[in-house]
Amino acid sequence: MRIDLDVVKGLIKPGARVLDLGCGDGSLLEELTRTKQIQGYGLEIDPDKITRCIAKGVNVIEQDLDTGLGHFDNKSFDAVVMSQTLQAVNYPDILLEEMLRVGKECLISFPNFGHWKCRLQISLEGKMPVSNFMPYTWYNTPNIHFCTIDDFEGLCRERSINILERFVLGSNNIDKHLKNINANLFAETAIYHLSK
Amino acid sequence: MQQADTSGSVGIVSPKTLYSAKPVTLANGRVLPEVTLVYETYGTLNEHHSNAVLICHALSGNHHAAGYHHPDDTKPGWWDNYIGPGKPIDTNRFFVVCMNNIGGCDGSTGPTSINPETGKPYGPDFPMVRVRDWVSTQHLLMEALEIPSWAAVIGGSLGGMQAMRWCVDFPDKIRNCVVIASATKLTAQNIAFNEIARSAITSDPDFHDGRYLEHGTSPRNGLAIARMIGHVTYLSGTAMGMKFGRDLRSGTFEVGTDKQVEFQVESYLRYQGESFSGRFDANTYILMTKALDYFDLARDFNDDASKALAATNSHFLIVSFTSDWRFSPDRSKEIVDALVRANKSVSYAEVEADNGHDAFLISIERYQTLFAAYMNRITI
Repeated sequence: MRIDLDVVKGLIKPGARVLDLGCGDGSLLEELTRTKQIQGYGLEIDPDKITRCIAKGVNVIEQDLDTGLGHFDNKSFDAVVMSQTLQAVNYPDILLEEMLRVGKECLISFPNFGHWKCRLQISLEGKMPVSNFMPYTWYNTPNIHFCTIDDFEGLCRERSINILERFVLGSNNIDKHLKNINANLFAETAIYHLSK
Repeated sequence: MQQADTSGSVGIVSPKTLYSAKPVTLANGRVLPEVTLVYETYGTLNEHHSNAVLICHALSGNHHAAGYHHPDDTKPGWWDNYIGPGKPIDTNRFFVVCMNNIGGCDGSTGPTSINPETGKPYGPDFPMVRVRDWVSTQHLLMEALEIPSWAAVIGGSLGGMQAMRWCVDFPDKIRNCVVIASATKLTAQNIAFNEIARSAITSDPDFHDGRYLEHGTSPRNGLAIARMIGHVTYLSGTAMGMKFGRDLRSGTFEVGTDKQVEFQVESYLRYQGESFSGRFDANTYILMTKALDYFDLARDFNDDASKALAATNSHFLIVSFTSDWRFSPDRSKEIVDALVRANKSVSYAEVEADNGHDAFLISIERYQTLFAAYMNRITI
């Protein structure tokens, strides 16, 4: 399981009603159901991943996140989770507002485009960043709305979204030491605990 | 351990009959003094009777869901693509039951049955039945077979409505509910198509106000037209385009000839209509379409489907097909939303398919895979 999911797992309260946007193969919901007895639903668009969720007994609903969350009631979930998916939707700002409408709290993680490796690739090589974490080339990437930590926090300020907690992750030793000094430069992944 | 059968077919099957002399009171207050229920079963009921699955048939279906009646049958039962050894509804694991609904014309008590009070066929005097009457008579069969709870109740279209009704009426007797290409209620457009079909039947001079059996006739033309209308709505424009296009069966467009052309699609529809009207009863068609129109899961619950589903205890799988415009994905999403609102366990898949509403009967790889994945999870 990805390391950002470990952080997310720790933030979910036992017995919570959880909505996981872009739930993939349902691993997170499966584990939360087993360890924290949550009632969870995942939204997913990929047919194979949907089948894998069903095979695990995870509730999965086929839905394109770009069609919005309009059919879910206000504050009908204790937590709405979106892990590594914000950058792949058409209207991240609208979806973020929607998450905060249907969820009492939101947990959101995304790759930080402000990481020094991304900056180096653009500034020195003059090319769009490609890494293990973002293995796509510019023309086939599903990730169409990259942002940096500073960008994201700017949006939160603009929309009066409360940042309850922030966690930043780095994979190499330099990042692990420096991410807390300058997250926008040294964090590969950011995880936010939000409310509104 | 016994070798699992992977032939895919349940093979040769025979219908069975349950006769009940106990009067059945219907939702509309009318009483059937006795009922005959014709059904088929596939697979073996296990020791704890915990592996039984009920298949609910749709408008023109019957109890013959899988296998063959005779070795020389050209076609298997209507859902043979999904029922059998190694198939999604795996008869190596499950004991599968499918019953001809009352009001039908394939053996269970219906308009063509003899009314014991008059000694004549019921015809149009057969009471209007509702989906809940089908469920309560399926429950009679369940008790006769000594099945304490269904591992799953499964249905497509009108069959899906029965599966949902099971959850509401017998919440502790159904552990899984699979609803395919269905809806909590029909739309006005859908009712309109049914009314056109019924009008085609009732305006046939051979209909005789439904007493055609007493007149030794049958409104075959009207029934054929009803089926043609239905058939068009069960397909998608794309499917018809791919299957027939503008291909001609006979005639020519050549200038200078006055020979009529016949498109392939015309001859196909005519064939469908004729073969259907040869095997189906007109009063049953009227009754079944009325039951469809009447069905509204939320009516008794302030029009709130989530309240209707609040007391259910099953896990749900809801499936729709992209090109189905008779029971569109939006209708299935309404079921899903109601279940989520009621905090029920539900999964939903919208399968890409060109086949329209008929997709639920057709073998489609993704549909097969996800259906099998769901069924394999069911504990028996």
